[in-house]
Amino acid sequence: MNPGLHQALIAVYTTNTGPGMEPVATPFFFYLLSGLAIAGGFLVITRRNPVHCALALIVTLIAVANLYLMLYAPFVAAVQIIVYAGGIMVLFLFVIMLVSIERASRDRRFNRFWPVGLATACGLLALFVSAFVKGRALFPDRMIAIPEGSNTQQVASMLYGEAGRMGQYTFAFEIASLLLLVAILGAVIMTKKKI
Amino acid sequence: MVPITTFHYLVVAAALFVLGVIGVLTRRNVVIVLMSIELILNAVNLNLVAFSRMWGRLDGQVFAIFIVVDAAAEAAVGLGILIAFFRNKDTINVDEIDLLKW
Amino acid sequence: MPNFVMSYLGSTVTPGEAGNQFWALVYVLIIFAGVSLAVVAMNWFERKALAHFQIRLGPMRVGPHGLLQPIADALKLMLKEDIIPAEADQFVFWVAPLIGLLAAFTVYIVIPFGPSQAVSDMNIGILFMLGVLSLGVLGIVVAGWASNSHYPLIGALRSSAQMVSYEVAMGLAVVSAVLMTSMKTGTGTLSMIGIVESQQQQGIWFIFKFFPLGFVAFVCFVIAMIAETNRAPFDMAEAESELTAGYHTEYSGLRWSLFMLAEYAAMIAVSSIAVTLWLGGWLRPFPNLLRAPAWDLIFSLFPSLTFGALAAIAVVGAMRMPAHSYFKVQRIGLAAFAALLGLIALFLLVIAIAGRSSDATVAARLCEGIDYVYWFVLKVSLFMYLFIWCRATWPRYRFDQLMRVGWKVLLPITLVVLILTAIVGVIVP
Repeated sequence: MNPGLHQALIAVYTTNTGPGMEPVATPFFFYLLSGLAIAGGFLVITRRNPVHCALALIVTLIAVANLYLMLYAPFVAAVQIIVYAGGIMVLFLFVIMLVSIERASRDRRFNRFWPVGLATACGLLALFVSAFVKGRALFPDRMIAIPEGSNTQQVASMLYGEAGRMGQYTFAFEIASLLLLVAILGAVIMTKKKI
Repeated sequence: MVPITTFHYLVVAAALFVLGVIGVLTRRNVVIVLMSIELILNAVNLNLVAFSRMWGRLDGQVFAIFIVVDAAAEAAVGLGILIAFFRNKDTINVDEIDLLKW
Repeated sequence: MPNFVMSYLGSTVTPGEAGNQFWALVYVLIIFAGVSLAVVAMNWFERKALAHFQIRLGPMRVGPHGLLQPIADALKLMLKEDIIPAEADQFVFWVAPLIGLLAAFTVYIVIPFGPSQAVSDMNIGILFMLGVLSLGVLGIVVAGWASNSHYPLIGALRSSAQMVSYEVAMGLAVVSAVLMTSMKTGTGTLSMIGIVESQQQQGIWFIFKFFPLGFVAFVCFVIAMIAETNRAPFDMAEAESELTAGYHTEYSGLRWSLFMLAEYAAMIAVSSIAVTLWLGGWLRPFPNLLRAPAWDLIFSLFPSLTFGALAAIAVVGAMRMPAHSYFKVQRIGLAAFAALLGLIALFLLVIAIAGRSSDATVAARLCEGIDYVYWFVLKVSLFMYLFIWCRATWPRYRFDQLMRVGWKVLLPITLVVLILTAIVGVIVP
């Protein structure tokens, strides 16, 4: 093989760009993932069978988790996959199987007031579009590089640290655990046949 | 190609939000309404994480984690209410869940 | 070309960190081939081991000592008629085994076979593994629903309830192991390679650390992982006598084999997690204590000794074949297999001696790499044998007993172990 080409190939294939490295093919993955997310969202609101909607929502959740990875937030991505896609969606599928009687999937899809709902949503969309068009200058184009290597440690120090800049959210963390306890109790009591 | 900036992520989040709102206001099956609420929460999360990247601080990510926790709690309680209601009325149709009026 | 291969073999980072897509793809293909081969071998080994536990012989007819039985099984499954129930949801019925398979195989991205032999060492490695494993539950739930029949639906609901319950205990046991990684340095790590390296730095496998805390966490994880993969004695949801094969009742032929592939791949994946977290991953016994080159050489001879022992067993088997003309082909086949194993043993012996005696780059790097992979695979194979042993030994748990064990026994024990690990870690310097 041509030695120059050989050296060039070695240089291409063995580049070590170090930790916190340059992402690869960012526009391609962004468009792919956001296309998947929006397509999944569209399928959620239009499919007749609730199990199909749940599967489309799972696709959306995993696409959004990958978008978090692209935004250098690996911990949030992992939490999203473990809690949302692995926990909440299993719960949804259980409930669909418990309550989905046969006639539900032969019913009409949209409720009686669907024109009003659609008009409201179009108004909201118009609001977003005007905000984005008029306020385009408010979103600076810079993206500050957060080192990826210590993301979990930094999130942990914000959640668990002492008072001050670190540990701003310790109290909120404790309240969130209380919230989860109340939610567990609520879900159990709601579904008991005799309290 | 145009480099991907924060604005691109905000547009995606807004699209997901609008899709979720359409689902909440339009669908008949209560379970699908709850799933659309999850879509809305995900759109908000994406917004938060995109802004966290823009400013280089981790507050957005921590808040996003809290929202995921919150969504889990709300999904559990909401589905519990739905099951309790289904046991009484045997329907999951929002058009037929209108007990408070004659 | 050899320069190119060498420049990669000499790297000290995983292909993911180096940003090298080609080698990442090569690793992915090697892992895919290896896992498929392991599943095939596991199928044979399970049938033979179960049979010997029950004082019978198992498959003996298809190849010498049934060695070609898995291939015959695979052929049969591929040629079977593909039956789909009439009212079943076609798309969901088709996609359900794929979800389980994707979840089981995606886990292999972060499994470390060596200090730089992983496809990509993510910083959140262990979280990624737990998350992707929990996606496998979705495949089972959806498979049961899509079959449009009672037994699969009940089986799927029971199976997924069981898996979700034992995920909690698994996660807590994993957290207590991850907590131990922060003992000497003050900063823990979630990356799989980092966990094994912290075991090397602290000089002790986590199963022995703060004895008995590490050991109890390990036992809880093993119980949870057997329940998580729906293996006996927790296989209520798919046992033939209970629910006519549970969630995969209506699947036939190739689709059923996809479920089986996903189950075995998940077994190997959770065993890899257990090996990495508690048993020191790719570390050979006593890497810090016995560091002399002589010990290095002795421990490098283990791979070739293992293959040599297997070749010797095959030779003995060939010699003990009945001297009848019907067994001529089997005897020749077994002798050829023994010769193949012997050749591999010889090759490994040459590499071990060449790698440890001189410091020549090719042989030394190859020898180190083979040693890391060998110790890892050996430990995972012990876990596979443990799975089969548990299946042969214990009767099945009833479903309510199963849920009671998951929530009322394992969860408090893992919580207590976590708290005690944290307390002991703060007290003991």
